[in-house]
Amino acid sequence: MKKISFEGFMKGVFMLCATTSILAIILICYFIFSGGVPFILEYGLKEFLLGTSWRPSNTPPAFGILPMIFGSLVMTLVAVVLGVPIGVLTATYLAKFCDKRLYKILKPCINLMAGIPSIVYGFFALVVIVPLMKDVFGGTGMNIITASILLAIMILPTIIGLSESSIKSVPNSYYEGSIGLGASHERAVMTVVLPAAKSGIISSIILGVGRAIGETMAVILVAGNQPRIPNSLTKGVRTLTTNIVLEMAYAADAHREALIATAVVLFVFILLINAIFLIVKRRTLN
Amino acid sequence: MKTKSGIMRLLIKASAFITFAALFFIIAYIIINGMPNLKPSLFALEYTTTNVSMFPSIINTILLVLLTLIIATPIGVFTGFYLVEYAKRGNKLVEVIRITTETLSGIPSIVYGLFGMLFFVYRLEFSYSLLAGTLTAAIMVLPVIIRSTEEALMAVDDSLREASFGLGAGKLRTIFRVVLPVAMPGILSGIILSIGRIVGETAALMYTLGTATKMINGFFSSGRTLSLHMYVLSSEGLFVKEAYATGVILLLIVLLINGLSTYLSNKLTKGRLD
Repeated sequence: MKKISFEGFMKGVFMLCATTSILAIILICYFIFSGGVPFILEYGLKEFLLGTSWRPSNTPPAFGILPMIFGSLVMTLVAVVLGVPIGVLTATYLAKFCDKRLYKILKPCINLMAGIPSIVYGFFALVVIVPLMKDVFGGTGMNIITASILLAIMILPTIIGLSESSIKSVPNSYYEGSIGLGASHERAVMTVVLPAAKSGIISSIILGVGRAIGETMAVILVAGNQPRIPNSLTKGVRTLTTNIVLEMAYAADAHREALIATAVVLFVFILLINAIFLIVKRRTLN
Repeated sequence: MKTKSGIMRLLIKASAFITFAALFFIIAYIIINGMPNLKPSLFALEYTTTNVSMFPSIINTILLVLLTLIIATPIGVFTGFYLVEYAKRGNKLVEVIRITTETLSGIPSIVYGLFGMLFFVYRLEFSYSLLAGTLTAAIMVLPVIIRSTEEALMAVDDSLREASFGLGAGKLRTIFRVVLPVAMPGILSGIILSIGRIVGETAALMYTLGTATKMINGFFSSGRTLSLHMYVLSSEGLFVKEAYATGVILLLIVLLINGLSTYLSNKLTKGRLD
């Protein structure tokens, strides 16, 4: 009798632990939204999202985050344009072009790349890419291109990891069939295997976009952080994430609420990206 | 047609080259430029404004990692137990937990940081402290531990469980005595990966753990981890050499952690084949 109740007790404990992540997400949503949404309603959703000037210390202060939304999106877009082709092709290389012994070395390298702290990436960009950009484009060297190159490198492991496993999970008969019809190895891989792995590759890109939009500490060091809409890729920008970190230390009252509201916008972006990711993934499974 | 294939092959190889060259260049650059800056004075017990010692940050990092794992490991592993060993197929709760875990792992660390600040630091009045930092980090690594536990448990052959039940063992005994030992390398490699995540974290800790320069001396004391230390140094721009040196230490830790985790997951794959 006693033994059975202990089994039951432990099952309860396991179940309780399992609900922790649900509790965590509820708490996170509650605190972020309740901290930011009242401010957005008071200030006006349109003024907040589409306002082009961010001057928290003016009287009256202006809290328009369009420059930051723009900054996050442009930076992510350029990073994706640079990073996705390299990432997907590297995944193709690992899955189909690389011999077993080399793979055993290269695969852990991708994991290592994912494990390097973002501050180390950021510091590297600060001491290597920034001076390079300074020489090429003039100015401070802290601009959209610098940050996008950095982000492109940082999203590579995300894209490669997921793309590679989806390429590998394509049944070998596809490849063999194509070879049997006279295609070369490259042609078979590019025109038959890759399209078959399409949804996995797309979800890897979605994850990469999420990572790029959410990245903070690396970007903050190299993006210039000016809160205005830039007129060229060689100008500095501020993103949603860096806006929060830069000003949270000294913000008070409405300013602080405006920063939490910035996080609300970021959070909604991320939740949307996650939802799309889950939908694509589910479609793959079915 | 042949030239097209040739170009394709070239592009693929060039991409792979760019990826791995970038990785090696970053590591080599930081280590080569950082090594000469690793002076013994950087490991002095006290941080002063003239000697920005990283020793307090190293101790703080170790403390934070240990405490976070003490909280997150049991919760994460037990969640894995529930999902794989107890929940029935098509269970709605499992579905919800999977989705929340995925969502949690997609949330950017700055959002965790802000949440930690609003909830732990202000609402629960922990102020910038080890406790607030630990709890925030624990929520952040939870999905990593849950997922690796799940995968490791699912890789265990069902015949082992059946054999154990057949010999009259209960569910708990089967899990702890039969399934867990086989799944251990996979779970461990997840835990090690989360160590890496905690060590590398900055955005989530800045407004929860704080950036005080001293060594942490209690649950409610603030401090900075190595990564935060490196961030503060490089954003101030006054101690670039010291930032390099901190980067070397961080990279060495990450290399060690990844090596261990690769070793363990290889072991798991081998165990499955036998």
